[in-house]
Amino acid sequence: MSKIPHIKSVETRYLEERDRLFQGLQNLDRRKFLKVSTGAAAAALAAGASNHFHSFLPVNVAYAAPGAAGPGFTFAYISDSHLYIKKTNERFVRQLLRAVDDVNKLDPQPDFVFYGGDLAQLGRKEELDLGAQILKNIKAPVHMMVGEHDWFFDMGQHWNQLFGPENYSFDHKGVHFVVLMSVHEKDFWTARGMDPAERMHTVAGLDNAMQSAFEVGGPTRDWLKKDLDKVSKSTPIIVFSHSPLYKLYRPWNFWTDDAEDVQSLFKPFDRVTVLHGHTHQVLTNSIGNIQFHGMLSTAWPWPYAPQGLPALTVQMNRPNPFDSNDGLGDGQIIVHPDGMVDMLYNLWNRNPMQVKASYLSSGGKNDKPIVPTLASY
Amino acid sequence: MSSSKRSSARLKALGALSFLLAACGMAWALGTGPHGAMPLDEQQKLLDKVMGTTAAGPPRGVDNLAWASIYIPADNAPNQERIALGRKLYFDVRLSKDGTVACATCHDVSRGFTDRRSVSEGIKDQLGQRSSPTVMNAAMFQSMFWDGRAASLEDQAKLPVLNPVEMGHPDAASAMASINGDPAYQSMFQKAYGRAPNYDDVGRAIASFERTLIFLDAPFDRYLSGDTKAISPAAQRGLELFNGKARCVSCHMINSSNPLGTDNLFHNIGVSARKQNFEQLAQKGLAAIQTNSDEQALDKLAIETNLSELGRFLVSRQRQDIGAFKTEQLRNVGLTAPYMHDGTLRTLWDVMDHYNKGGETNAFLDGGIEPLDLSESEINDVVAFLFTLTDKRFAQQNDAAFKEQQAQAAKQRPFRDDSLAHRETLPFEQRVMGAAGLK
Repeated sequence: MSKIPHIKSVETRYLEERDRLFQGLQNLDRRKFLKVSTGAAAAALAAGASNHFHSFLPVNVAYAAPGAAGPGFTFAYISDSHLYIKKTNERFVRQLLRAVDDVNKLDPQPDFVFYGGDLAQLGRKEELDLGAQILKNIKAPVHMMVGEHDWFFDMGQHWNQLFGPENYSFDHKGVHFVVLMSVHEKDFWTARGMDPAERMHTVAGLDNAMQSAFEVGGPTRDWLKKDLDKVSKSTPIIVFSHSPLYKLYRPWNFWTDDAEDVQSLFKPFDRVTVLHGHTHQVLTNSIGNIQFHGMLSTAWPWPYAPQGLPALTVQMNRPNPFDSNDGLGDGQIIVHPDGMVDMLYNLWNRNPMQVKASYLSSGGKNDKPIVPTLASY
Repeated sequence: MSSSKRSSARLKALGALSFLLAACGMAWALGTGPHGAMPLDEQQKLLDKVMGTTAAGPPRGVDNLAWASIYIPADNAPNQERIALGRKLYFDVRLSKDGTVACATCHDVSRGFTDRRSVSEGIKDQLGQRSSPTVMNAAMFQSMFWDGRAASLEDQAKLPVLNPVEMGHPDAASAMASINGDPAYQSMFQKAYGRAPNYDDVGRAIASFERTLIFLDAPFDRYLSGDTKAISPAAQRGLELFNGKARCVSCHMINSSNPLGTDNLFHNIGVSARKQNFEQLAQKGLAAIQTNSDEQALDKLAIETNLSELGRFLVSRQRQDIGAFKTEQLRNVGLTAPYMHDGTLRTLWDVMDHYNKGGETNAFLDGGIEPLDLSESEINDVVAFLFTLTDKRFAQQNDAAFKEQQAQAAKQRPFRDDSLAHRETLPFEQRVMGAAGLK
């Protein structure tokens, strides 16, 4: 009898996981907790199914019964702004300003705003300073994450000065949050005698094969292990990583090379959600106990990877190339009392999309997001 | 032809032209039928002069396919009887409840087939919410009204008659009762459609008449067909900007196969944002539209309430259409001030100022609208180009309008914002960063 191979493709593991979910549905007590938004939101989404009205009704979350882990709350995100200095590209600056205006207008205000990495385009001090100056105007508290575009010019030096350590954790209303630097690369530059700018440009070329794959890396995994040791296994975990913490498409580094090792550290926990940047699109996945959501960019949308796209992903619209805001946006995350999250994609100039925890927990059976019409421009 | 004969022919032409001028001049100076329109009998005389005999087939420079693409319902093929009936109805005030408003009141032949008002005035001097668009070339649009809620001229023509703030008949029966007693109509409807007068045929006849109002013979068309002197060097520079730096062509593509200069789509360029809180309005719009979804209710809503500012959203119910209005045609644009769906921009210089600063910042702004960094002379060039799009039959009126707008713009440029236009301040910057802005 042949040995089960150690490495399985993301599709294989996804299909296995999906089968397990379908088989185990009756036993999933957790589903009881996944009481998602009702009232206006439910009505709105129901209406939306026929005529796309949903976007204009407030998403009022009716939280589940007491006894759950926490009170439930919302936070917002902005991600992947890729700022050059204003003189070089004012459009990206304007688009980040637009996102800040969006989150500042949210009523009620989110508990905090999370920034998903790639604030700068080429990791320059001026770019990071410009971003910091704009983000300072966010009314809610801000939590920062680093992306590869922030990092590889000076290996994080200026980013760390502005925003602190790249790995950290915090607790909020019963949820343990972990922010991970997931875009380390093996040294491809020393042997080639690259200067910092050349190194940065190589990484910034998304499909530049000279660079290595993103990884969380041993030291950070050690830090993570220690951090998680202090957390009870029933505590819901929300993880932020810039790259998706799974393997989607290597040529574009939609990928984390040590994803399985990182995922295994989260395995003992009941409820884990990973929110990632980098992919600039609506992206949805579920592996084992972990639900994954991609964040929108404010700079440009990426096309979907030609292979490996998780089957649970409902694709967003093809962006209209004339509309430089199309396919971009920001979003809100509704954290339920049990710590599971509904992801609300605020696509500028499009109807918003909501990807609910219950959609993922049911293996795509329930609460399927409204599929955008593609014949749109 | 002898030289004396030639000059006498020229004199005759000049005579006709001066009549035209006098008529226009008088109308502009005096106004003066009900609601400020040119008296309807004078409008009809003017129309006779302007139209003369029109040859069949596409106007010069217009692609045969573009011409053939004009939508004509199968049951309303044009003929002289239908056109004559439509023309009579177009100028008939009895189609309004109080007998003061005809189609021609707000679509006045002497005023570019519009009314030169910000928003139109209907019966009992009530003001609507939107600016009257020109009927010139309307036949070539893919949808009618600023929000495109009517698919054809036939559908469009029937709605203002029943709108309480426009022509105000409570229903079709009331409108028909007002003209049924006229024996001329009895026979004209018979000849045109082979049946007694009825409301649907009112719409059909008016549409047939409107399809004759094609005005596509402009200096620009002669320039396109090779006459390099047909438009001024300034206008030629303006055309280059139009197709390039000024980005106009992104929505207003204009050429022989797209003669109108519209993409027939709907865009939020921020005109509504100056006045309204969109998000609040959008929620109100939802509630209203869920209870009233028929066409007439929608029509009422668009005209009577401030929800009108939501534009295309009221029809499509898509977020991308909040505050979005139809890309207007550019043909004869010199004649059709004031501009935009609410007539808030008085001159084409105002229009350029609006676009130059990247529209009005709002959360639903179309992403194609960006600050343009146009200089004053570049703005002048684009405006000069826009004035070459007026049909030659209105050339004198066009020149007068140019001078009038130029004088107006010299006095006032209320929408000009150099800091935004030249990207010293970015859209959203002050809202986010406060007065200090980006360092």
